[in-house]
Amino acid sequence: MSELPRKSRPQFRNIHVSQILTYRLPITGVMSILHRISGAAMFLSLPVIVWLFDLSLTSELSYATLMDVTDLVIVKLILCGLAWAFIHHFFGGVRHLISDVHIGITKESSPRIATVFMGLSLVVSLLAWLSIFGVL
Amino acid sequence: MADARIGQKRLVVGAHYGLRDWLSQRITAVVLGCYSVVLVVAALLAPEPGYYGWSGLFAQTWMKVFTLLAFLAFFYHAWVGVRDIWMDYVKPLSVRLALQTFTIVWLLGCAIWAIEVLWRV
Repeated sequence: MSELPRKSRPQFRNIHVSQILTYRLPITGVMSILHRISGAAMFLSLPVIVWLFDLSLTSELSYATLMDVTDLVIVKLILCGLAWAFIHHFFGGVRHLISDVHIGITKESSPRIATVFMGLSLVVSLLAWLSIFGVL
Repeated sequence: MADARIGQKRLVVGAHYGLRDWLSQRITAVVLGCYSVVLVVAALLAPEPGYYGWSGLFAQTWMKVFTLLAFLAFFYHAWVGVRDIWMDYVKPLSVRLALQTFTIVWLLGCAIWAIEVLWRV
């Protein structure tokens, strides 16, 4: 009996962290991972959010402190990040709920819906950023 | 899975409440989505700008109740989501347990602080 030649077949394993950037992620995947990242960011900055909430409500004096704190550019940038995280998570969540009721889950419609919600997330974030910097 | 068993039958991994968590994540999401919209609209429609408009909004009972509901929804929602992240990326049981414990302490601490702030208004 003749020995079959050993072919080196391609193997597909779980991707390694170092390969993440070389993989092409479809728009639905981008929406999905940003949903997770924005959620984790809000979780980690929770004490900051509650602290701002505390300052905003405790007294007129603490409200004035809040206004001073939010005048700092670095704080404005953090607020811009948090505003994006919240807005993105909001629209990403609506997208999830829509697919939960089986709307837009075909190969053609899902990237379309993801694009629309990505657009909404960016436009509303832009409005929030303008308002944080007092332009709006 | 066999090595995750203690004795003949008992499985120490897999909590078997996947559907319950999935569903509660959706329900809390709907509560949070509605609350977000109401909060933004109410803040924009506040009768006066600044501290008195803002604190006056939270002084009303309906807003206090809705905000507390949203807090509870938020912390449960965050627990499910963050736990999902640990379960996806952290495999060693001891590290995962430590991170889950941290998550609960972190969330409960912030929840108590937030409720305390809300109830002072």
